[in-house]
Amino acid sequence: MKPVSGIYRVALKLLMNDKSKFTALLVGITFAVFLMVMMMSMFSGILARSCAPVYNIGAKIWVMDPAVNNTNSSIPMPDYILSASRSIPGVKYAVPLYFGSALIKLKDGTYQAATVVGLDDATLFGRPEMLEGRIEDVFAENAFVVVKDAEYAKLESPKIGTEFEINDNRGTVVGIAKVASSGLFGIPTLYTTYNRAITYIPSARFTTSYVLIEPKSEADVPGIQKAIAKLGYEALTRDQFVKKVANFYTFKTGVGMNIMLMTAISFVVGLSISGQTFYTFILENIGKFGAMKAIGAKGNELISMILVQAVVTSLIGYGFGVGAASTFMIIAKWRVPGYAAQLTYQTLGLALVMVMIIAAVSSYIGVRKVLQIQPFDIFRG
Amino acid sequence: MGGSVIIKASNLVKWFGEGEARTVAVKQVSFEVQYGEILYIVGPSGSGKTTLLSMISGILRPNEGSVVVEDQDIWKMNDDELADLRLNKIGFVFQDYHLFPRLTTVENVAIPLILKKMEWNAAMKLARDYLDIVGLKDRADLQPVKLSGGEQQRVAIARAIAGQPDILIFDEPTASLDGDTGRKIVEFVKTNILNEKRAIIIVTHDSRIYEYADRIMKMEDGKIVGYESGYENSQQHEK
Ligand SMILES: Nc1ncnc2c1ncn2[C@@H]1O[C@H](COP(=O)(O)OP(=O)(O)O)[C@@H](O)[C@H]1O
Ligand SMILES: [Mg+2]
Repeated sequence: MKPVSGIYRVALKLLMNDKSKFTALLVGITFAVFLMVMMMSMFSGILARSCAPVYNIGAKIWVMDPAVNNTNSSIPMPDYILSASRSIPGVKYAVPLYFGSALIKLKDGTYQAATVVGLDDATLFGRPEMLEGRIEDVFAENAFVVVKDAEYAKLESPKIGTEFEINDNRGTVVGIAKVASSGLFGIPTLYTTYNRAITYIPSARFTTSYVLIEPKSEADVPGIQKAIAKLGYEALTRDQFVKKVANFYTFKTGVGMNIMLMTAISFVVGLSISGQTFYTFILENIGKFGAMKAIGAKGNELISMILVQAVVTSLIGYGFGVGAASTFMIIAKWRVPGYAAQLTYQTLGLALVMVMIIAAVSSYIGVRKVLQIQPFDIFRG
Repeated sequence: MGGSVIIKASNLVKWFGEGEARTVAVKQVSFEVQYGEILYIVGPSGSGKTTLLSMISGILRPNEGSVVVEDQDIWKMNDDELADLRLNKIGFVFQDYHLFPRLTTVENVAIPLILKKMEWNAAMKLARDYLDIVGLKDRADLQPVKLSGGEQQRVAIARAIAGQPDILIFDEPTASLDGDTGRKIVEFVKTNILNEKRAIIIVTHDSRIYEYADRIMKMEDGKIVGYESGYENSQQHEK
């Protein structure tokens, strides 16, 4: 250990041996971190779910009506968009994608909503990974592939060969697939061909939900986007589409605003609990800091003592808070299939930044107080 | 002659407040402290003793005058240099001790050593030795609140001497102690701590301990009103 560490050790002993204050500080920070991490994790979970199809299909460029703000509310486009896309320079290939919902009639006579994804008949672009059966079987009569995710059971856990009714047409399960992430809306997903999707599911005049484009190279992307814009439509890269959906949920729905508000409130509560407690701690020890000053501690040594107290306490509280939030999420995921919270590095980083702000504000108040003490006042008793 | 002076205070003036509210606590005070002596400062409450002590020990800046400690004009120093002066040259025993209640006795004694950047274990070991000097070795790992007033006083002394200061300053050391304990402590300091390279300044109005003084400086209303030898005084006292 470096010799300078002695005063830090003294600083930590002063704080940690004050059991009640130290506990109050830890509880305040832990609580705030727990709430902030939970809120942000729930939010990123919801965002990830809402963007699930974008990741699962995996196309580099998505062409859509500019009014589309989330994957599930696609607005059908006229067929010429597909052929126009194919003739844009820099486009390697372009395929249509059907994205819609249908009603499945279960054996017991009840109905279950499902998302139906119709893949381009020629290429099956965007195909899922198969668990059972072959994707090519989707060309068979009435063939559908069922995704085995958290919602699979809602279709009474069908097997290959299971038959069902979909919007008054017959359907047969020819394969079971898995996808990287499951959707937000809690309904099962079926894959079929584009042509079967548009014939089985009644739709308006236009049928293409999205046109998926594979550019020849990254450099072609801006040109393609411009050309699509000229047609009055919008071509978004995968990341742009994800961002658009995220912005929609964050700013245009109650979800984002409420979660941000809750996060802010947790932050303010944590800040005031720990700021207040730390300030009381400094005030109670002000005479001791004054005595330290009289004995010969320099201003910057007192500052670093206070900073160490604030930062170490905050980091411990941060650890406890993140630990509590992760435990909570692990238990929740285990009890609730399809529980949508996810702990991301951004969330951890953001919570750390907020905790450090709490530490900085608390110690700033303490530092100001301690620098103001006149050792003479201590001396006079 | 000049070489025997450890502190030289010249024309010190200190006032508090401004305008109507101004009180002059110390008025044009000059005096010297010699190496190897115990100087008492006595006088009624409010006569400016603590204010004077603070100015000669680098704690309170005078409005006028100068203080030279071992040939250094201390009020020409910046804050960090003053802190170093207090850390290295001066040991304080405050009136109400100011021990850290959350630290053990030995950790309290080690504070000046730690501020001098001594490594932790070495500081603790040395602090134990100083506790031994004041006869409190077996109290090292207790918190100060577990100790009696006289023991706390000795911890404060151990802390003050642990930094090996040249000047030891006591402000009313026996005020809160019974007569016997007070005498024992001052006697102890005189026989064990004082030497030719050090000086001790004690502010008190406890005449029971006057016999240990080399000189007694009397203050009234911010001014020095005379000196007595400690020995004479104690003879008078005993009559
Ligand atoms: N910080 C201060 N503000 C205002 N007046 C003060 C302050 N410190 C001391 N004084 C005044 O200066 C005078 C001397 O005080 P002090 O040095 O504490 O006396 P003593 O130690 O002899 O009792 C007193 O009148 C006291 O009220
Ligand atoms: Mg006084």
